[in-house]
This record gives sequence, C-alpha cells and structure tokens, in this order.
Amino acid sequence: MLDWLGTIIQGVLLGGLYALFAAGLSLIFGIMRLVNLAHGDLIVLAAFAILALASWFGIDPLFAALFAMPAMFAAGFALQHLLLNRTLGRDLLPPLLVTFGLSIIIQNGLLEAFTADSRRLRLGAIETASIQLGGGLAIGVIPLLTLVSAIAVILLLNLLFYRTALGRAFRATADDLEIAQLMGIDHHRIYSTAMAVAMVVATIAALYLGVSANFDPTIGPARLIYAFEAVIIGGLGSLWGTLAGGIIIGVAQTVGAKINPEWQILAGHLAFLAVVLLRPRGLFPRAED
Amino acid sequence: MAEGNGKPLMEPARYRIETNTRASRLLALAGIALVLMLAALPTFAGRGLIQDLIFVFYMLALAQCWNLLAGYAGLVSVGQQAFVGLGGYLLFALTIGAGVDPIAATVLSGIIAAVFAVPTAFVVFRLRGPYFAIGSWVVAEVYRLVFAQFKQLGGGTGTSLPPSVTNEVFGIEWVKATFEVRAPAARDIITYWIALALAAGAPLLVYLVLRSRYGLALFAIRDSEATAESAGVDSFRTKLGVYVLVAAVTAMTGALIYLQKARISPDAAFSVLDWSAYVIFIVVIGGVGTIEGPIAGVIVFYALQRYLADFGTWYLIFLGALAIVTMLFAPKGIWGYVAQRYHVALFPLRRRLVRR
Amino acid sequence: MTTPMLETRGLTARYGDFQALYGIDTVIAPGETIAIIGANGAGKSSYLKAIAGLVRAEPGSVLFEGRPIGGLGAANVLKLGIAMVPEGRRLFASLTVEENLLIGNYGRKVAGAWSLDSIYALFPALKARRTAPSQTLSGGEQQMVAIGRALMSNPRVLLCDEISLGLAPIVIRSVYDAMPRIKQNGTSIVLVEQDIAQAMKVADRVYCFQEGRVSLVGCPAELTREQVHLAYFGH
Repeated sequence: MLDWLGTIIQGVLLGGLYALFAAGLSLIFGIMRLVNLAHGDLIVLAAFAILALASWFGIDPLFAALFAMPAMFAAGFALQHLLLNRTLGRDLLPPLLVTFGLSIIIQNGLLEAFTADSRRLRLGAIETASIQLGGGLAIGVIPLLTLVSAIAVILLLNLLFYRTALGRAFRATADDLEIAQLMGIDHHRIYSTAMAVAMVVATIAALYLGVSANFDPTIGPARLIYAFEAVIIGGLGSLWGTLAGGIIIGVAQTVGAKINPEWQILAGHLAFLAVVLLRPRGLFPRAED
Repeated sequence: MAEGNGKPLMEPARYRIETNTRASRLLALAGIALVLMLAALPTFAGRGLIQDLIFVFYMLALAQCWNLLAGYAGLVSVGQQAFVGLGGYLLFALTIGAGVDPIAATVLSGIIAAVFAVPTAFVVFRLRGPYFAIGSWVVAEVYRLVFAQFKQLGGGTGTSLPPSVTNEVFGIEWVKATFEVRAPAARDIITYWIALALAAGAPLLVYLVLRSRYGLALFAIRDSEATAESAGVDSFRTKLGVYVLVAAVTAMTGALIYLQKARISPDAAFSVLDWSAYVIFIVVIGGVGTIEGPIAGVIVFYALQRYLADFGTWYLIFLGALAIVTMLFAPKGIWGYVAQRYHVALFPLRRRLVRR
Repeated sequence: MTTPMLETRGLTARYGDFQALYGIDTVIAPGETIAIIGANGAGKSSYLKAIAGLVRAEPGSVLFEGRPIGGLGAANVLKLGIAMVPEGRRLFASLTVEENLLIGNYGRKVAGAWSLDSIYALFPALKARRTAPSQTLSGGEQQMVAIGRALMSNPRVLLCDEISLGLAPIVIRSVYDAMPRIKQNGTSIVLVEQDIAQAMKVADRVYCFQEGRVSLVGCPAELTREQVHLAYFGH
C-alpha cells in the first residue's frame, strides 16, 4: 500500500516537471492558438544557454539561469515579432510548418554548436539529497523543488493574468481579437510579450530539465508531446488545469512503470486519451472557444 | 408558370454540370502515356534509379493521402504514421506468420487497416483543430508502443523479412528471366510496379472522390461545417469515410515501403518525422488543397534529398529554413502560386453549369 | 465654417467580391448626434466598421478633424478618440463587468468626464454586478457594459452599432436614457439603428442608407413618414 503511495507521490512530482514544460505552451496556445511545434526545442535551447553561461563564467547553473531569463525574454519577443506574427491567421497549417521548420533549425543548430553529446546541469550535493517522509518513503529534493516551482510559476502567471492591465489585455485578445483591437490593443505587441513571458517560463523549465536528467539537442520533441497532453487535458486557457494535466500524465506514467517498466510512456498516452474521450475540451476549459 | 390553358410559357432550359476542360482531356492522355512509359522503365533503367523512383512514388502516394485528409476534409493529422507502421507490420505478420504472398499481403494490409481505422476515428474525431492534430500524434505513439510489445515481430528492435518471403514474391521468376536479373533486383522491379500503381492510383482516386457527390460534401464541409450539416450533409460519416479510405491507402503504401526495406522496427515504422513531418512538408510546399501540389512538392523534396542530404545537419537547417520562407512568402505553396498566377488546373474540379 | 468632427467622402467598402458601400458622403459636426437608418444589408454596419478601422478604407475617405484616417486600423483609430460600441455587444467573456470596463481605456488613457465611478453613476445596475462574469448579465445590462466600455476611453466620437438589437422596448428606453448625459460632454455620436422611432428622438440629423448609398439626409422634425419610407425601402 505504502509502495503505491510512494509511486503516486513520484508521479505528482514528475507531473510538476511536465507542468513546467507545459505552462509556457499553455500561455501561447491560450492567447494566440499557436501550436508551437518548436516549444520543446526552445526549452532545450534554453538549457544549452544555461550550460554555456555556467561554463563560460564559471557560475552555478542557478545563477546562469537567472542571466539566461532576460536573454530568452528578448529572444522570444524577437521570434514572435519578426517571424511568428506573420504566420498567424485563420489557417492551422502555416504556423505548424513554420514552427516545424524552426524546430529542425534549432535541433540541428544545437547539434552543430554543441555536438550530440549528453549533457547535465550540475548543482552539487543537492542533486542527490532527499527528504524522509517516514514509513520508508523518501522524495528527492530536486523533484520537490520542481513541483514547488511549477506551482509558484503558475501562481505568478495567474497574478499577471488576473491582477494586471496587461493580463486583462492578454485575456481580452484571447477572447475576441477583433474587439480587442477596437479597444486600442496592439495584438502583435501582445503576442510578442506573451511569447517573451513564455520563454522565461521555458528557461525555468530548462533549468529543472537539465538538472534532473541528461539532455542533448534532440530530446525536444519527446518533451513536447507530454507538454501538449498536459495543456489539452487541462483545458484551453487554464493554467491550473495545465498543472492538473501534468500531474495526471506524471501519475499515469509512474503507475504504469510500476506495473511494467516498458509501459511507462504508453500509460501516459492512454491516460491522455481516456480524459480526452470523456472531456474533449479538457477538464477546465474557458467559457468560449 | 402555366397559363390558363395549361400550356407552359416557355421551354424549360436544360443544363448539365461539366468539369472537364479541353486542356484537362489532353493532359489525361499525356498522363496515361507517362504512366505507361514509367511502367516500361525497368527495361533500361539501373537499379539506383529504380530505387529512387520507388521512394518518389511512395512519398507521392502518402502525400496525396494526407492532402485529401487535411487539405480537402480539413482533418489536419500529425498521426498518419500510425497507418504506415500498421501496414508495414501487417505485411510482416501476414507474410512471415501466415505465408501470404507479399503482393496479396500488401492489398490485405490496406483492408485490415481500414478496419482498425474505424475505432481509431471514433477516438480522434472527438477532438477538433489543433487538438485533433496532437491527438492523432498521440494515437500514433500508442500504436508504436503497442507494436513494440509484440515479441513475435521483433519487439523494440524489430525484425527482417526472411529470404523465404523475399525470394518467393509472385512473379519474381518471370521478372528474373525477362529482365535477366537476380532475386534482389527482381524484387525491386516488382516493388517498383506496385509503387507506380500506388503513385498513379492515389491522385486518380483523390480526383474521383472529389468529383463525386462525396467530394461536393467535402468542399461544403471545408467551407463551413455547420452550413453543410444544415444542407443535409452528414459530416461525421463523410469524414469517417475519408479517414478510413486514406488509412487503407496509407497502410498499403506502408506495406510497400517495408516490403522494399525488408526490415522493420517500431521507431522507424511509426516515425513522426519520416511519415508525417516530411509528408506535410511535401504537401504544404507543393500546395495544400490541390492534387497537383503534392506532385510538385515530391519532386522538390526528392531533388533536395538526392543532392543535399550529404550535408547532414546543414541540409536539415536548410530544409527548415525553406519551410519557413515558403510559408512566409508563398503560403499556398509552389503549385498554389503557379495556379493563381497562370490560372491553370491539371485536375479540374470546378463544376460549371453548361447549357445543353 | 468649423471643421467637422468626422467626415466621410466617397467611402466605399468591400468584403471580397461583395461591395457594401458605393461612395458615402457624410458630415458630423462636433457635439452632433447623427442617426443612420436603413434596411438590413443597406451598409450601415459596414459604414461604422470602416470608420472604426475594422474594415479597410481609402486614407482620404474618412477624415477626423480634417485629417485622413482611413486604413489606420482599429487600434490606432481608438487612440485618436473614436470609440465603438459593436453590434451584438461583444463583451469579453472571460472578463468580469468591471474588467470589461477597465479594458476600455487600455489603449487610450485620457482624463475626462468618464471613469469607473461616473459610469457606475450612469448605469447603477452595473455597480451591483461589478465582479460578475460578463456573460451572466441580461441583454440590457450587457449593452450598458458595452457602452460604458467605449466611454472609458473618453472618446470624441462614439459609434453605436444597433444598440437596441434584441432588447425589450422597456430595456431599450433605459439604455437610451443615458444618451443625454453622454451628449452633455460634447461627444459626437453616430447611431446605427433599426428602431427608427428611438433614433429620430435622439438624433439631430438623420441619414438613410439604401443598398450602399445615401438615400436621404435631414432633420427628424422636417422629414415626413412618406419620405423616410421611400428612402428606406426604395419604393
């Protein structure tokens, strides 16, 4: 019994990591309906940026991440402003193909710059530290920090969305683009700002990705599919829903792995399909769609 | 309107609906000639060219299928690799497990895949738009992970076609004798003809579907699903029909691909990059929503693969940049741009009202 | 002769192959209230949308205080001081009543008569529902929010597209009761209306559109029913 509890706790913590991957995607998808096939690769890009900054300046990855965040903010703004704003429209396909092209460019660009070697972000002793919960259960400090960070990020994003004028503008633009323009909102600027914020979140996700597992230029797409599953299960426009989605996928994966290690990823996908069959619009969708 | 004495005021005009143009009739003849020429190609072409053309043909078949699904039925799927892999594995299962001849197995794979496609459709049709795209990708991943569990078919590492299968293809003795080649080359020639049949048949099939009443329903759904439904179109059944048809042809193509490769593994057979990303690239660069588009796209893609693939990562970066640039400046693709500029259509689909 | 607040010269509007307006000439003086009446499809909404920047117009065909503003785009037009109450209310569904009002001055923050407090004074019913999700309000209340939202930017010109549509007569009256207060500030108002009686009551002048063209101009007091009927229906 306790064994299963341990598995579920591991799943919840894993879900925190998936929620971090998904939070940026949820933001972008919620506001501009953009299916960003390059999101996973952008997280990997941020991870390499942290790695590079850490090794060039000889600093801790945590500090490197703090420096990487403004850089990724600017990069996200530029990416949206120069490229993605031009492909957004009624059609699903152009942004799909553009972000696919972007994904390929980032992966191969990173391969050229950093080779295909596996990397890791080192934080020192804290990597293996764990907290005893009693009854023989223990949880890793890093996984716990990941979940706590995911919750903190979502709290901050919700603060942004629900307590600031910019957040109101985000929500209005997502609700009704035409009328938002009528309010004097420059939707291109809104989109660029949203992408910039999403890239900051991606940097945080990258830090935890790099610390908790080995990474190389090609792992983006695998992470992307979990992020999408979390966003879709959660429902359009709901960040807490995205967290719930991440946790559902995480728990499904750890429970599946416990039954048979080969079934880990399959279990996650089956959980996604199950939720989506029952609730095609997700668990907490916005009123309008 | 009738007058008092019951005689009609004027003769009712007689109309019929016409789709062919004179240009298209000529092109149809040219097309038939081309296919015949291509069929005769093995008499003088080298093995390298034959293998290259097999690649072109099966990518074209996949592209036409995806185009019908996404460009005409509006079902943008990132999960067609599910049926490519399914077709491949069905071929292996039927030939190795049941001793069925590979050519017959190819056709059977399509039929069996159609059966699988029905419940799959019921799952993915619950989703719309971008959700449908991701959902179809997840379903394909489920197929991949499930097939990786079948130890009889090689599990995660896959398996190969034994010589008992590859050397016993129907007609291989005749080909060996007629073209004076050995078994591997003879198998390639037979595979080539199957591929040619698929490559010529797919556009034709798509064209026939679109010219039928079924096609009218698709156009209506593409323009506005709600309006189409109010006009009596059963949108669910129409989409289901297209999905199942496309699944069958995709699976047959998958069977063919793995007949030629003679080696299958879950990661290769269900690869989202090879069987979705590149196919989507071909269709969209060529021109989505047109039958001519995928033809243009596959030619471009083949040229890129043939001459630039050696450049490794730089080639892929170029491919990505090409996708981006095309979407920015020619979102309708190469054929879309040409068709708009010069008002041509090789496969005319506009229905005109013509007086008799 | 003072520069008109808003003027259109030969305004045309197209939706793809369909032409909605065939050269509209109108003039609105500062502080004037104009009513645009006409049958469905006459082009009234297209006219407002062209001024508001939602529909493309030639630069010189729309003039604000003498300056050409055609083609500037909706966001820029708002910043200049022209606000629109769109047809069908179109409140933001995931914003509350108060948030809908607040978003009204996101693009243009100008001191003036209108603020949250004065709008709640104008429409007391809204104050009680300030934190309610906008979709839970009745049609009349939503219309009040839509008008308040447009007023928050303290516009020089207020465009109202069919604000009586779908509302019960008693509700329409309470919505229109707010008009005098809005006019008091010298705001020019352009009202597109199906409810001719209501429009004639508040307007200083009336334009009638028919199939994309101006068919009649005049002061409500001087126009006869026959004239209006002819201009409206064309026969």
